[in-house]
Amino acid sequence: MSDSKINSSKEKIIQDLLRPINFSLSFKIWMGFLTVGLLVCLYAYTIQLQKGLGVTGLRDYVSWGMYISNFVFFVASSLIGMLISSVLGLSGQKWITPITRIAEIIAVAFSAVAGLVIISDMGRPDRLIYVLTHGRLQSPILWDITVVTTYVIISTLLLYLPLLPDIAICKNHLTTIPRWQKKIYDILSLGWSDKPEQTEVIKKAVHILLILIIPVALAIHTVTSWLFASTLRVGWDSTIFGPYFVVGAFVAGTSAVIIAMYFFRKSYKLHDYITDFHFDKMAKLLILVSLVYLYFNINEYLVPAYKMKQGDAVHLHEIFAGRWSLMFWGIQLLGLIIPLILLLFRSMRKPFPMLIIAIFVFAGSWFKRYLIVVPPEEHPYLPIQYEPKGFHFYTPTLIEIAITLASFILVLMIITILSKFFPVIPVKEMIHENNNIDSNEK
Amino acid sequence: MEETPGEKLKSTRRKFIERLTLIGAAGLAGVTALYSGYKFEKSKQSKKIRLLTADNKLVEFDEGELKEVVKPDLTALQKRGREGLAGHRWLFVIDLSKCQNARKCIGACQGAHHLRPEQYHINTLQMQDSPETAPYFMPKPCQHCDNPPCVSVCPVDATFKRGDGPVLIDNERCIGCRFCIAACPYSARSFNWIEPIDAEKDKDLVYNVELNIPQKKGTITKCLMSSDRLREGKLPYCVSACPNGVYYFGDENEDAVTNGTTKETVRLSELLRDNAGYQLMPELGTKPRVYYLPPKDRKFPFPEKSIFNNNEKG
Repeated sequence: MSDSKINSSKEKIIQDLLRPINFSLSFKIWMGFLTVGLLVCLYAYTIQLQKGLGVTGLRDYVSWGMYISNFVFFVASSLIGMLISSVLGLSGQKWITPITRIAEIIAVAFSAVAGLVIISDMGRPDRLIYVLTHGRLQSPILWDITVVTTYVIISTLLLYLPLLPDIAICKNHLTTIPRWQKKIYDILSLGWSDKPEQTEVIKKAVHILLILIIPVALAIHTVTSWLFASTLRVGWDSTIFGPYFVVGAFVAGTSAVIIAMYFFRKSYKLHDYITDFHFDKMAKLLILVSLVYLYFNINEYLVPAYKMKQGDAVHLHEIFAGRWSLMFWGIQLLGLIIPLILLLFRSMRKPFPMLIIAIFVFAGSWFKRYLIVVPPEEHPYLPIQYEPKGFHFYTPTLIEIAITLASFILVLMIITILSKFFPVIPVKEMIHENNNIDSNEK
Repeated sequence: MEETPGEKLKSTRRKFIERLTLIGAAGLAGVTALYSGYKFEKSKQSKKIRLLTADNKLVEFDEGELKEVVKPDLTALQKRGREGLAGHRWLFVIDLSKCQNARKCIGACQGAHHLRPEQYHINTLQMQDSPETAPYFMPKPCQHCDNPPCVSVCPVDATFKRGDGPVLIDNERCIGCRFCIAACPYSARSFNWIEPIDAEKDKDLVYNVELNIPQKKGTITKCLMSSDRLREGKLPYCVSACPNGVYYFGDENEDAVTNGTTKETVRLSELLRDNAGYQLMPELGTKPRVYYLPPKDRKFPFPEKSIFNNNEKG
C-alpha cells in the first residue's frame, strides 16, 4: 500500500472524527432544552434550601431515599471507565479503542456529579467544609469522599492525557472555528507537537494511571456499599455488599456506554468507527457482567431467605411478595434476566435492539439501588409507633424527583459539551491502528 | 490652771478610753447592724447554688447575690458539654412491669427540649415478643450505648460519647448527613426536617449542647440523658415526670439508682439481680446503658388483645 493511500485514509479519519465538532443548531437547541430543564430543577433545590429537607418524603425512619440511591447509582455508572480502559485495555483487547473515550467521558461526568448529588442530601450543606476541618477517619463517609475525589482526578487525567494529541489535531485542522475556541485548544494542548518523546511520556503516564485506577475504582464502590454494610440494619448488614455493588456497577456502566455508543454513532455519523462488531462485543461484555451480577443476587437473597431470621423474614417478604414486589421482580426480570436471555441471540446484539435492552438494564440498575437503600429503613428493629402517616413509608416528592433529574441533566450537559469540543473517538489512536492493519495486510 | 504632766497623761488616757469606748460601741453597733442585715438577706435568699466558672472551677454563691452579667459563653458551654461530669457513670433502669403508657415522660421531654409532637427523644412503644406472650409498654430513650454505632459513623464528631455515660449531639457541628440515623438500631434519633417549633422564640439563646436548645433546622436531635439536669444534681426530665415509678436513674460507680416517682434510692446491682434486669438487643454488641426489668406482674390492663404485626398502625 502506498504512502499516499495511507495519507488519504488518515485525512479521512481526521475529517470524519472532527466533523461533529461544531456548534450546530441542533446542539444549541439541545443545550437550551437542557439548560431550561436544569434551571427549573435548580429552583426546586432553592425551595429545599429555604424550607429544609422536610420538602422531601424523607422522615426519621426512612431518612435516606432517592438522593442516596441516586448517589450510589452515579458512583456505580462511573466505574465503567476503569473496566473498559484498564481491565480490557491492559489485557490487550484492541476492539475497545473507539470506545475508551466514551467510557472515560461517562466516568468523569457521573463521578463528578455524584459529589453534587451527595450535597443535595445534606441537611446543612453550608457546613460541608466541616468534613475537612473536623473529619473523623473512622467514618466511612470520609473514606468515600477521599476515594471519590481521587477517582474523579485520575479519571479526568485518563480522559485528558490521551486527548492531548487530538487537541493538537483539532487546533491544526479545524480552520473555521471561532478564535476563542482555537485559543482554548492552544492552551489545553500544552504545546503538543507530536514528537516521539512526548508520545513516550504520555504512554508511560497513561499506563501508570490505568493501573492506579483499578484499586481506586474498586475502592469507591466498595466504600460506597459500606455506607450501608457498616450498619446493623437488616437488609444492609451483609458481607458481600462490596463485590455485589462493584459487579452491579459494571452492569449499569456497560449499559450506559451502549446507550452512549448508539447515540454518538447515530447523531455524529460514526457508523464506520463504531460498528456492529463493537456492539456485539459490548453485548458479550454485558452478558458476562450480568451473569456475575445474577450470581451475586442469588447469594444476597437466597441465603437469608433460606434461614428466614425474624428481621430478614419481614424484609424479604416485603420485597418478594409485599409492598416492593412489583419493583423487585420488575428489576430482576426486565433489567437482568430477560436481557440476559435476549442477548444470547445474535439478532439482538445489533445496535437498535441493544439500545432498547441497555435502556431497560440501565433503568433497572437505578431502581435496584433504590430497592437496596429504601426498604430496609421501613423495617427497623423496633416498631414505628405514635408517628404521623408519612413516617411509616417513604414516597419521594416532586421536589426530590426534580433535584434528581437535575443531576441527570448535568451529566448529559457534561457529556454533550465534552463530545462537542473534543472528538469522542481517539483520532490519533485510530490512525495508528489503521496503519497497523494496513501494514499487516501488506 | 496649769496641768502637771501626770495629770495631762491621765487626762489623755481618759480621753483615749472614752474614744475607744465610743469607737467600740459604734463598731459593735455597726457589726450588729451588718450582721442583722446579713441575716435578713440570708433569710430572704438562703439558697446556695453552685456554678462552674469559665476556667472550670466549681464555686458556691447565694442565689440572691447573682446577677446575669454577660450571656453564657458558647465556647465554655461547648467545652463543659463535651467533658461531662467526672467520676460518674450514669444509667437508666426502666421497670416495664410499672409502665402504663401515661406518656408523661414524653411530654416533659418534648417540653424541655422544644420538640415537635412527632419528634421523640423518648417514646413509649407497645411491644409483644411473640403472638402467645403478653403485650407490654416499653419506654425507649436513647440507649446511650458504650459502643455507640452512631458515634462511629459520624463524619465530623458532631455526635460523641461522654465519659460519664451519655451520647450527645452538637448541633453547631452536625452537617445533617443522617448516617447516625441509619446506623442506630434503636431508632433513637430524630431530625429537624423543617424549622424547629420554637425557632423564633429561641433565636437569641446561646446554644447549650447539654440541652440541645436552640434546636436547628437540618441537624439531628436526640435524647441527652438530660445532661443539663445532671449538672444541677437533678434527675432527668422523663424520670421526674413519671407518675408510675417506672424509672430509676443513677450512677453505676455508686451502685445506686433513685426512683423518679418515689425518690427511693436502691442498690443497682440488687435491683438488676432480683428482677432479672436485661438490655435491649445486647447481641448487636452496642453495650447499652439502659437496663430493663421484665414486664412481670403487670397491675394494669393492656388496651389490645394482641398487637402482633400491628406495628404499622401506630
